[in-house]
Amino acid sequence: MSELKQELKEKIIEQLNLEDVSVEEIADNDALFGDGLGLDSIDALELIVMLDKDYGIKLSDPKEGRKIFESVEVMANYIAENRTK
Amino acid sequence: MRKVYIQSVGSVSAQKTFDNSEFLNEISDYNDTVILAVDPAYKDYIPPAAARRMAKGIKMGVVASKLALTDANLENVDAILTGTGMGCVIDSEKFVSAIIDNNEEYLTPTSFIQSTHNTVGGQIALGLGCKGYNFTYVHAGISFESAVLDAKMQLENEEANHILVGGVDELGDHTVKIHRLINHIKPEAVSLRNVLTSTSEGAVFSEGANFFVLSSEQNSNCYAELCDLKTFNTLNEQDVETAAKDFLKDNDLTINDIDLIVLGNNGDVKFDGYYNKLSNGLFSETPQVGYKHLCGEFNTASSFGFWLGAKILKSQSIPDIVRMNAVQAKNLKTILLYNQYRGENHSFILLKKC
Repeated sequence: MSELKQELKEKIIEQLNLEDVSVEEIADNDALFGDGLGLDSIDALELIVMLDKDYGIKLSDPKEGRKIFESVEVMANYIAENRTK
Repeated sequence: MRKVYIQSVGSVSAQKTFDNSEFLNEISDYNDTVILAVDPAYKDYIPPAAARRMAKGIKMGVVASKLALTDANLENVDAILTGTGMGCVIDSEKFVSAIIDNNEEYLTPTSFIQSTHNTVGGQIALGLGCKGYNFTYVHAGISFESAVLDAKMQLENEEANHILVGGVDELGDHTVKIHRLINHIKPEAVSLRNVLTSTSEGAVFSEGANFFVLSSEQNSNCYAELCDLKTFNTLNEQDVETAAKDFLKDNDLTINDIDLIVLGNNGDVKFDGYYNKLSNGLFSETPQVGYKHLCGEFNTASSFGFWLGAKILKSQSIPDIVRMNAVQAKNLKTILLYNQYRGENHSFILLKKC
């Protein structure tokens, strides 16, 4: 699981161009949106595509993303349970 | 009709032009076929949260516009007009490549959103909170001139007082590759001092952003008066001299009234003949300067020529690096600019000392 969390942090930084953020600065339970990492709705769409492309998880309802993208910890748990690749 | 003045300038180019206190004091030499713009410290001008989605063209445009606003001592403008030949080509390449690479699946929104030609004008407006007229002109080699013409007419007709106008283009890897294939880029590396006398076809490609505040008000900061501008989509080489004469005649001027001509030669032997018609003919006794050896060629490179003309008139000095002949300027009051790219989209611009 810790490997998956590390992988997710690296992907979030790379795909969302968070140039000033390092993997070490993202705690497992940090909020990704709002006051935490400060991601927005466009980032949410990027993350939905990433789940589909890299882990084979299709989110049919974008509202599901609100819960799944709460933190790296929550994302990693969801991916571990639902991934198809 | 009111007069139009160049109130301020802001430039990001292959030279260190982002420092408005300097005027080509330090030259960045090269020996290449494609040259990149010198990056200013973008973080000093753009918040990181906004910058992370911006490709280079948007960053260059935002910085150049901020430099121009600072130089004009203005916080906002009545309108924003942008000229770009290729638009946000880096993001266009990114999302089109993603469509192909991922078999039309897994498409992400960011690069698509940022890929439109009017992204630069939009981002400048968002940063300023400017809800005024915002228009982007995309017309190859006269994209910048089209934006200037719109601004000029609005200022003359009292529809606005201060307008931010600029030209911006960025280099994209795939676009460069295509231009190499069709020989629009020089086949051999050329140095800055040799490019304008090169004997091969093609140009040294580059990128940049040059923005200006054009205003109907004259003040002590003004660089020049923008007197006239005329564009031609097509013009035969043998008709260039007549077109130049007619343009001057429209402004009650003759060849002898021109104190300096700014030419857009890029060292392409196939198309520099247009410029040679003027430099060896009508204007052979006129001081001549060139600029594309400094900024490279791109669809809105003429905005760098506009920057050069404005800086020359304000500083009343001509840097040695831009001189193309030995004729010395006695007065620097009236400047004619001429540009074309690959024999199409010609422009004449007339600037006068304030």
